[in-house]
Amino acid sequence: MTPAAQLLIGLVFVPLSTALVAVLLPPRRRRWAVVLGGLAWPCLLVPLSMAVAREQSVVMVFGGWAPPLGIGWRLDALGLVVLWVHALAGIAALPSAWRRFDPDLPESGPFWSLWMILATGVNLALLAADLFNLYVALELTTLAAVALIATDDGIAALAAAMRYLLLAVLGSLMYVLGVGLVYAQTGSLAMHQPGIEALNNVALVLMLTGLMVKAAIFPLHVWLPHAYSNAPGPVAAIMAAVVGKAALVAFWRIWFETAEAPPAQLADFLGLIGAAALVYGAIAAYLQPRLKMVIAYSSISHFGFLLLLLPLASQQAFQGAGFHLLAHGLAKAAMFLAAANIVVVLGSDSIRHLPGLDKRMPLEAFTLALAGVTLIGLPPSGGFTGKWMLLSAAWETGGWFWLVLIVLSGLMSAAYVFRILALTCFHPARRAVHHLHPRPPKITSLAALTLALLAVVIGLYPHPVLDLLGAGMPGMVR
Amino acid sequence: MTSAVFVLVAAAIFGLGVHGLLVSAHIMRKLLALNLMLSALFLLLIVVPATIDGRPDPVPQALVLTGIVIAVSTTAFALALMVRLFRKQGHASIHPDIDPRLLGRKAPSKANKTAQGDDR
Repeated sequence: MTPAAQLLIGLVFVPLSTALVAVLLPPRRRRWAVVLGGLAWPCLLVPLSMAVAREQSVVMVFGGWAPPLGIGWRLDALGLVVLWVHALAGIAALPSAWRRFDPDLPESGPFWSLWMILATGVNLALLAADLFNLYVALELTTLAAVALIATDDGIAALAAAMRYLLLAVLGSLMYVLGVGLVYAQTGSLAMHQPGIEALNNVALVLMLTGLMVKAAIFPLHVWLPHAYSNAPGPVAAIMAAVVGKAALVAFWRIWFETAEAPPAQLADFLGLIGAAALVYGAIAAYLQPRLKMVIAYSSISHFGFLLLLLPLASQQAFQGAGFHLLAHGLAKAAMFLAAANIVVVLGSDSIRHLPGLDKRMPLEAFTLALAGVTLIGLPPSGGFTGKWMLLSAAWETGGWFWLVLIVLSGLMSAAYVFRILALTCFHPARRAVHHLHPRPPKITSLAALTLALLAVVIGLYPHPVLDLLGAGMPGMVR
Repeated sequence: MTSAVFVLVAAAIFGLGVHGLLVSAHIMRKLLALNLMLSALFLLLIVVPATIDGRPDPVPQALVLTGIVIAVSTTAFALALMVRLFRKQGHASIHPDIDPRLLGRKAPSKANKTAQGDDR
């Protein structure tokens, strides 16, 4: 085992042990433990990034038992990118969570441990190189995410959490059914099984459908808008940054690694589903009366956009989609953190209260605008780089339909982003009197702004990430 | 032959579960339906690989054991969540404005229903 492989253990063990320690500590000490743990595991990503850049992937096999019988972990460039999003969004959410889950408030108790359990689940899901291990990781993630949404304790949040739980269990049930069929066919649970000519289509569709529920891909997205918009602000930021993305990464892995040569019609069909999600999410985002609902529906639109990778399936498209994952995760977390502050100050996130906000909360308004730039994909933001690479991939393969859709996604994102910005800055009824609550500490606003800035800055220096993603995945056209 | 019977039984139980999950409004019934579907799934996981190999295969049994543990903890968690939702909103359904008759109540009772304040 290489030294870098030993570090993989830390990615799972540090958050898990932090969660356990936090349960044992008295409520006032808990958040200190989580701050330490939450800052410790991202440090491991620096040497791991260098190792992945050197050798493409870091592999760990437990106890010397090689797959198919043993359990393996594998960190590749795609997993690394999402791990970075996870780490950065988590650190940026710390100040906001520190304020929201003060130990003097009754609901703060379980939050800090649950957050670290969520981090464990997400990291494990990104490392898993084994179909069943992935199931366990996604289940852990879901349970922690549901419990985190329920920390809000309002009727709307509890109902949203329950709906999410029921749908997610249904999704994982379908996924496991598919895994069982794969095992029956191949006698192995490894995610990458070279030498299988064609995976059983029933198993493939079952696994993909289950993961589509977890990644909230239209039309299986119904849990997401209510869950994200009713969750406490920092929870929504963390979830929007990684929970759906972990499932989406699993979806891509099963498509490109497990089912190495999936049927082309299925790729086109899933591309069409992505197109429908893209259009539906953007229109729904445009019509929402609440800011957090707008951001949540925007996620559905962008997950649909990321599904366009399947019909394009070239190395360049993969680089673009991976980069978009990074930019979108950072921007979404920034928007939810800014929205959390807006809720604190205005007491509501109804867009009726937005006019004139740019004068009272300039940092939040700027964060929303800057993250919006990434969502639309305007140069020089990170969103532009990702979209541009997908566009050129569509151009080279002659996929004109997909090309039009990618352009359309930018336009439709612009519609809902500018609706929010126009209401904030140019609405004639800029109300003079807001019913204002005390402002949260400035560091919460600055953390959100930093994330939004990062999403733009990566667009200026995209090459390290693009080089990392350059290896592509099996089954991709070079 | 016997395995075909088991597969058919699993399919039937799974179908019952799907029906219950879609049709019933009460969360308790939905959870029962999900558990039925999980039982069918475990049955299938045990039976199907055995027909391929001819002799019992330990891996699916280990998977099912893990699956049962996850299913039990998920159900316990979901029940706790359901109780909390019931205490807050006065009925156990994910739709706040549901007709109570759909939940098997005789008369509508809004005694427990607290005002649904929009606090965000």
